[in-house]
Amino acid sequence: MSTSLRNNGAALLSLLAAALLVAGFALAFFWAPEAQGDPAFRIFYLHVPVALTAYAAFGWGGWKALRLLWTRDDRYDLESYVAIHMGVIFGLLTLVTGSVWARYTWGVWWTWDERQLVLFLVLFLFYSAYFMLRFSTPAGPRRARTSAVYALFGVALIPVSFLAIRLAERYIHPVVLTRDPKIESEMLLSFFVCLGGTLALGGALYLVELAGKRADARLRELRELLA
Amino acid sequence: MIRARGVGRRFGEKRVLAGVDVDIGDGAFLLVTGPNGAGKTTLLRLIARLIVPTTGEIHVAADRSRIGFLAHEPLVYRELTPLENLELYGRLYRVRERRERIGMLLERFGLWDARHERTDELSRGMLQRLALCRALLHEPELLLLDEPFTALDATGAKLLLDELNHQQGRTIVVASHQPERFGERPTARLSLAPT
Amino acid sequence: MTAYLSDVAALTRKDLLVELRSRDTVPAMLLFVVGGLVVFHFALAEDSSRLASAGMLWIALLFTALLALVRSFVAERDEAVIDGLLLAPCDRSAIWLGKTLSVVAFLALAELVALPAFALFYEPVTWELVAGVALANIGIAAVGTLLGAMAAAARARELLLPLLFMPLAIPLIVGGVGATLAEDPGRYLGFLALYDLIFAILSWASFEYVVTE
Repeated sequence: MSTSLRNNGAALLSLLAAALLVAGFALAFFWAPEAQGDPAFRIFYLHVPVALTAYAAFGWGGWKALRLLWTRDDRYDLESYVAIHMGVIFGLLTLVTGSVWARYTWGVWWTWDERQLVLFLVLFLFYSAYFMLRFSTPAGPRRARTSAVYALFGVALIPVSFLAIRLAERYIHPVVLTRDPKIESEMLLSFFVCLGGTLALGGALYLVELAGKRADARLRELRELLA
Repeated sequence: MIRARGVGRRFGEKRVLAGVDVDIGDGAFLLVTGPNGAGKTTLLRLIARLIVPTTGEIHVAADRSRIGFLAHEPLVYRELTPLENLELYGRLYRVRERRERIGMLLERFGLWDARHERTDELSRGMLQRLALCRALLHEPELLLLDEPFTALDATGAKLLLDELNHQQGRTIVVASHQPERFGERPTARLSLAPT
Repeated sequence: MTAYLSDVAALTRKDLLVELRSRDTVPAMLLFVVGGLVVFHFALAEDSSRLASAGMLWIALLFTALLALVRSFVAERDEAVIDGLLLAPCDRSAIWLGKTLSVVAFLALAELVALPAFALFYEPVTWELVAGVALANIGIAAVGTLLGAMAAAARARELLLPLLFMPLAIPLIVGGVGATLAEDPGRYLGFLALYDLIFAILSWASFEYVVTE
């Protein structure tokens, strides 16, 4: 019963995500004005919402990690893990879309001038290590707590790394590329519809994977009872 | 002193303990027996709160400072001497009149002459005696002993049994596959079967 | 408070004594950092700027620190001695603080050799560099000790620790290199101090969670 309800939630959220994304991209491509001097600017409507969704997922994973340390309740371990998994998927998508954007705007696949891109590279390294930590520690309460602490460090690392990247620019080289197109209200509205879409998509994927992982765990318990 | 209800523990996929009930009062002597792999060590680690149960509940009416644990490993630093190890633990347990207490234990367990030797140069039996000193250092109310006869010679075994004799009001839990060696001392017994 | 500090002192003293007896870590760190500085001479192209050599120095210090961190819980992990410390009634964070202080001491010893060697081979050592190194040591030891305890419960722990540590060390490298090179080193020293503060508090508060269940 509870599983089917949760799956219904995921189904509703997926529908919402599909509707918002279609509407958002339609608005972005046919309604919002083109940004001056940046023909590839429309990827902004995918790149930035995806990045914000990744932050939201990392934040959600950190919050669930904190709950785990507070309550010792196992289910927060799985929730935190699945949230971070989503964050890494959306983070990877951020890197890819950012790279494509850089290619069409500046003709290079990678630039160290784009702070958000560099930050996502750092976070990608960090959360890959999180997965390494989980895979090489035996399952149990100890792994749950260790992963939770590392996930919380991730939340602290995001602003600290952002500051570090800004500071590094000052001695590595001055920023020469700027990208500050004038944002108009049509653009802003399209952006928020897209953001709603990616957030809903992230939420739906989170619920689906969570349900799958829970079913796996229950199956394992049943099998053990039979053995 | 100890109350456990349906306690079980799993390590990853492997279940090592399931549905254990324990009920012993202050001053009891519980002897836990069972073949290798039955979960004796796991039960002692649960009582010492080094690990938590994955099912059931366990309640121990003694905080960390009142528990003495003779573990499977001696829990001493190999690079340090017996004296330095006991000094460290004596400080951490805030043992009063530390020096006298440590000297008395080293004397009693025949380690006085070896007190300045590096621990990794001691024989296995001497190491076990040192581990006993470590567990008894702070005069615990609850003493947990995991296979205490390991590597002890006849003299060492006698010292251990004497120590178990002359303590009133101390609760003792021993895990051993040699139950006969404790004679009539145990007041309660628990037999674990492999899960 | 006094009791807490006396626990920390006893634990630090124990770590220093263990290292003094085994001499496993510090000599290896000394040799590694000097070896690194020599290797860098061959890695840097001729006419490389002093900027490049400063960056190399920081990489050498970071990797040398990893040696100390990988070794930091070896004495506790072998034969489960950590259980002995966890059984003791002291606050668990005292174990972290004691270990962190001993790691800071090992790092300082390695740098006592590394910085003069750097001055001899490459560039003069400025007070900003020394201040940066001192501040970075605190961050490295605080975070690294916590991660070392995390990795101690894992398989392939020697491999895992550098992976866990590297992303968290990037801000330290930024602060350190900035303090060495930038025209306004104060800003970078301040950033290092901020990092130390944030991550030392986090590590202090979370150590108990990673060593107990």
